[in-house]
Amino acid sequence: MMALARAVAFRLLVAALLAYLLFPFYYAVITSMKGGSAIFSVDYWPSQIDFSNYARIFSEQPFALNMLNSVLVAFAVVALSLLLGLTAAFSLGRIRFRGRNALLFAVLAVSMFPQVAVLSGMFELVRAFGLYNSLLSLVFSYMIFTLPFTVWVLTSFMRELPHEIEEAAIMDGAGPWTLVVRIFLPLLWPAMVTTGLLAFIVAWNEFLFALTFILSNEQRTVPVAIALITGGSEFELPWGGIMAASVTVTLPLIVLVLVFQRRLVAGLTAGAVKG
Amino acid sequence: MAAAAHDSLTRARVRTAWLFLAPMLLVLAIVALWPLARTLLLSLTDASLGNAGAARFVGFENYLVKEDGVWYGLLADPLWWLALRNTLTFAFVSVAAEVVLGTLIALILNARFRFRGMMRAAVLVPWAIPTVVSAKMWAWMLHDQFGIVNDLLLRLGLIGAPLAWLANADLALWSVIAVDVWKTTPFVALLVLAALQMLPEDCYEAARVDGIHPVKVFFFVTLPLIRPALIVAVIFRFLDAMRVFDLVYVMTGNADATLTLSVHARQILVDFQDAGSGSAASVLLFVVIALLSVLCLLAMRGEVLGRRQ
Repeated sequence: MMALARAVAFRLLVAALLAYLLFPFYYAVITSMKGGSAIFSVDYWPSQIDFSNYARIFSEQPFALNMLNSVLVAFAVVALSLLLGLTAAFSLGRIRFRGRNALLFAVLAVSMFPQVAVLSGMFELVRAFGLYNSLLSLVFSYMIFTLPFTVWVLTSFMRELPHEIEEAAIMDGAGPWTLVVRIFLPLLWPAMVTTGLLAFIVAWNEFLFALTFILSNEQRTVPVAIALITGGSEFELPWGGIMAASVTVTLPLIVLVLVFQRRLVAGLTAGAVKG
Repeated sequence: MAAAAHDSLTRARVRTAWLFLAPMLLVLAIVALWPLARTLLLSLTDASLGNAGAARFVGFENYLVKEDGVWYGLLADPLWWLALRNTLTFAFVSVAAEVVLGTLIALILNARFRFRGMMRAAVLVPWAIPTVVSAKMWAWMLHDQFGIVNDLLLRLGLIGAPLAWLANADLALWSVIAVDVWKTTPFVALLVLAALQMLPEDCYEAARVDGIHPVKVFFFVTLPLIRPALIVAVIFRFLDAMRVFDLVYVMTGNADATLTLSVHARQILVDFQDAGSGSAASVLLFVVIALLSVLCLLAMRGEVLGRRQ
């Protein structure tokens, strides 16, 4: 009897947690499919299936362009941070030299920088390079978030590889670049996928720099576009459109995260648990 | 001879190391060190955002200055102190809640039951949703007229009239904290789960054989063992929560009730175009976080030493 009661209580607890975790997104989905005045009534179950909100964000706003901007920025950020992170991780993970730990620590310290602390200096720099209102300003400035953890995670993976691997290659006269590209890159693919995904998510979600360095609607990335959606008039509730936009940008991300679940969790916890 | 050859080989490898580090270090210097240094410098001037060229050096006037017997500057501004209080409240309360809830979720995920796979996937959902999107989703759910939260609480009879969760100054900060807890608890849960999975089976075996109550086992066996992971999670989350911006800005804008140090600094810098004072606010936030980081590091070192003894 006790065992049964306990099992039921446990099930209820799991169900409550699932509802807590998933309900907000579910509610966004059903809200996004409400047209006209249906938005004014609170419904717990899908009351209608109407895609006019989705049609509207793409026709009345440059939302497709915003998505494209986000994709471009995110891919460029991933490529650049993986390239820089991999070469740096080779030095930090495979070669002993003085100041190595101090450098790793300095890189970690950068990840503790509050974003706003570099905002005015970064703004000046973006202006000076002529990147104001250009997507390049975002690719450039996002390095401050993605480089520290890319370098850390890749370095920790690089260190775990056995020594014999490169010794044989060095005997064969392989230069350092060959070593990185031919030997380490193939071995580090799992780590590259994990860090690449994390960098992608960071770039896809970033808000403050995108809000500050981009001026025109057509150059905006998705988070800023969503934050700035307003109704056509004072009396129109913009929530249908906002939820449609939210669901559109979140679905691919959720799919990505669920597909790469194990890798992501390994990457997220790698630094913290080993460190 | 062999030693000399080895020496030159080592030297060549060290040279390679720096060569391969150079691009990353250069980029990091340009995007992190230089802007930080410029922010520091700008905070000592009366620069405006559009035109830093005509700036005049004003010393610490943006921070604190006494003129005709009256104190001016950020440190004399009650709004800055309010922002500091809001930020600390936000960070302490949200991290405390996240650690308790995150540990609970991790314990559940570590148990064996039928829907475990589904539950693990579900935990990742709030984490994967962009902050701006979570802010908007919850702002809609907390809407004072048409929000589902008010509707639910009214139906359950827990409130008598709809509440303005985000407009009411007494509720707004708590609402934002609740949303942050929803969004970031999964991260803490995953860290704790990773620690739980590395625990040795045998002490649990022994505890079960001795018939010790599971709650007791948790407090006397599990908790001490996952303490290091918990401390890491707390430090990560706390330093992160201290710089909160997106969530607050999207949910409540620049409202006083939820004004945090980051939101306040951006407001001065961008909305008021005051690069001098805005940079000073940014520097103050940096100093607050740096001090807290040092404190955390000292606490962590104490922890490590304590464990060794």
